[in-house]
Amino acid sequence: MLFLIQRSNARLWQRRKFAIMLAAALLLCTFASGVGRAQDRAPTYAPADIRYGSQIYAAQCAACHGPTGTQIGGVDLGGGQLRRATSDQDLRTVLANGIPGTAMPPFRFDPSEVTAIVAYVRNMRNFDSHAGLSGDAARGRAWFEGAGGCANCHRVNGKGPRVAPDLSEIGALRSADFLQRTILDPAGAMLPVDRPVRAVSKDGKVITGRRLNEDTYSVQLIDEEEHLLSLDKSKLREYTVLTTTTMPSYKGKINDQEMADLIAYLLTLKGLR
Amino acid sequence: MMREMTSRKLSRQICRGLLLAVALLIAGAMNAQVTSERLKRAADEPQNWLTYSGGYMSQRFTALKQIDNTNVKNLELKWVFQAQSLQKFETTPLVVDGIMYLTQSPNDIIALDAKTGRAFWVYHYATAPEARPCCGIVNRGVAILGDTLFMATVDAHLVAVDARNGHAIWNDKLAEPAAGYAMTMAPLVVKDKVIVGVAGGEYGIRGFIAAFDPHSGKELWRFNTVPQPGEPGHETWRGDDWKHGSAAVWLTGSYDPDLNLTYWGTGNPGPDWNPGQRPGDNLYSDCVVALDPDSGKLKWYFQFTPNDPYDYDSVQIPVLADMDWNGAARKLMLWANRNGFYYVLDRTNGKFLTGGPFAKVNWASGLDAKGRPIPTPQPPGKPTFPGIQGATNWYSPSFSPRTGLFYISTWENYSTVFTGVDVDYREGLRYTGGANAAPIAGADNPAGQRSGPVNTYTEALGRGGVIAVDPHTGKRKWSFELHDVNTSGILTTASDLLFSGGREGYFQALDARTGALLLKINLGGEIIAGPISFEIDGKQYVSIASGNSYFVFGLRDAGN
Repeated sequence: MLFLIQRSNARLWQRRKFAIMLAAALLLCTFASGVGRAQDRAPTYAPADIRYGSQIYAAQCAACHGPTGTQIGGVDLGGGQLRRATSDQDLRTVLANGIPGTAMPPFRFDPSEVTAIVAYVRNMRNFDSHAGLSGDAARGRAWFEGAGGCANCHRVNGKGPRVAPDLSEIGALRSADFLQRTILDPAGAMLPVDRPVRAVSKDGKVITGRRLNEDTYSVQLIDEEEHLLSLDKSKLREYTVLTTTTMPSYKGKINDQEMADLIAYLLTLKGLR
Repeated sequence: MMREMTSRKLSRQICRGLLLAVALLIAGAMNAQVTSERLKRAADEPQNWLTYSGGYMSQRFTALKQIDNTNVKNLELKWVFQAQSLQKFETTPLVVDGIMYLTQSPNDIIALDAKTGRAFWVYHYATAPEARPCCGIVNRGVAILGDTLFMATVDAHLVAVDARNGHAIWNDKLAEPAAGYAMTMAPLVVKDKVIVGVAGGEYGIRGFIAAFDPHSGKELWRFNTVPQPGEPGHETWRGDDWKHGSAAVWLTGSYDPDLNLTYWGTGNPGPDWNPGQRPGDNLYSDCVVALDPDSGKLKWYFQFTPNDPYDYDSVQIPVLADMDWNGAARKLMLWANRNGFYYVLDRTNGKFLTGGPFAKVNWASGLDAKGRPIPTPQPPGKPTFPGIQGATNWYSPSFSPRTGLFYISTWENYSTVFTGVDVDYREGLRYTGGANAAPIAGADNPAGQRSGPVNTYTEALGRGGVIAVDPHTGKRKWSFELHDVNTSGILTTASDLLFSGGREGYFQALDARTGALLLKINLGGEIIAGPISFEIDGKQYVSIASGNSYFVFGLRDAGN
């Protein structure tokens, strides 16, 4: 009897232990999935990326997935119902690798295009193609080379000065949203490596240019005459890295249509294929 | 008053104009572009290294002499560039006014401060996945004209890249990489043209050399190294054999501005080791071809190994030398061939002047009066000297106008048992037709591939050397023996030093007159590239690729 009681106690304890473990596991799962969901998607998707993504989707994805993303059975792209992808990163992986054994092929999209497609897929249910302005790349190019004055500093496809960053591949490297932010707030979006530097040598020579590389002992830059220079810091009297940029902000100087056109143009700059 | 003001204004304007002119002149001098005239006179600016072989004569000789036999032992490491690649590192960089342009596998260009090794920019080229270069995903360097660099890629594209900011300007696909076409050479810029040839001789390609407009990338002419029907030389092929006749062009050519001729070495016929499958001389395989750079027209050719059964590519660098020949000044071409013979040609017309073996040779008993080999095929199963990799290979030789000696990297006493087998051509697959073996059963062949830190092959299979030959006779003046085979190029200097390396990973300085060892530094990785020299702020540097890194040496600074 004692033995039995002991056994039943033990069984009870086992059951309790199982229940506690189950509860803990469920709690952990809930927590983990909550955390996971929080990391699954970007907190926000930029309108410029969503719009760019809608164009790529129409050209590259809609033939199979349909205009609303529901043409393949069991898949609802806009509703987040996908067979192999939960997170944004999963989506990127599927785009890059395809899904072997299915009709989904691998795509060689540029980083800016991948960002745009993901942004669009996450927002396609609410996207209104008529809202906002569509850009015209030809008009954007005219503005870039004319009224905008961009070509006075930036080089594109072998033409223009090299003082500011070369934009020949910018449309492949930077997302539509990043481009828009840079145009409105150049200093805020500027990559650290592109910062203007000012150096004064011990004999008083002033050197200014755009930083290309830097280490403890030296800095590499392209100066205003487009020379590649490497400066030994121990031979400088002054060395300043400016957080401002020589690029002006276009906030208030570019209207919405011009911006849409300019972004459309910049997104065509994919470098050489 | 009005008049006075005007004249003051005028004088001020003149002053400003003068200042501007001076400023522009200074800027122009600092901003000097690499014109074709500068390339032609590369020897006049030894502080720079403007072409793959250091100048159009391809002598890999520098007029710099600060480093000499009294101080070479004081060389110290100045900087190292570590490649982001584990492929063989066969590059020769250019140095232009203090900037070094270095390539790393597969096809990246890095612009570096040549004094410190710190990078300005990196150009990354995305190689097509179907690229399949035979013998390593390598690149040997770039060419420059104006402000533009030119790179030939392993997927058979030619790319123009802005030398100041590393952005591509144009990109031409020359041939189909999936069919085995590849490019590994540094292009040759001649006047207003960029000239390259295609590799891929182990895939049954059909070789060509082509010239391109440096601004637009437009193809201007093409010379087929395997002539198609209707072209001279086609009659040296049977039936359709020419269609996969190879004759690849792996290395950069040379140029004589006075004769307006470029010179290119061509590779083996396809299939490599089965000559019975392609009877005939198989022109223009294993040749040097002299082409007019303006039109691509063949001026003359000389074939070293007709109907080659041994893969004796003639992809050596054509070394040009102007020297006395039997009492008269002659324009010569010096050539130590993979087939083990040394040749002197008159480069005005391709006439054979003299030749003979510079290493152990038994595949031919000698050369006839026209320089054609007298074949002595070895019985089946018996070793043929030199073996597959040759008595030398693509490694840059050097000629010193000071010592008058020709310096060659060699594979000594080295053989292979060759067996040709029939092979069907299939696009993209090897088309070599051989079942070759080392002459000692079970021994590792000292193949031309990179070796690890432990030497695993048998010394009986051959060893390496650096030899100095009298260019008039091909006879050795001295030889420096290496235990392992020699995969390195050679540099000689106006201070009569010779820099070289080898598969063992030592960077060596020898006395160019005597062959005496003056310095050795273990760089820890196989050296499969040619050394160069340059000067910045009055200081001479010598540099070389080894393993996966690029090493730059200079004399210890005074006071350190």
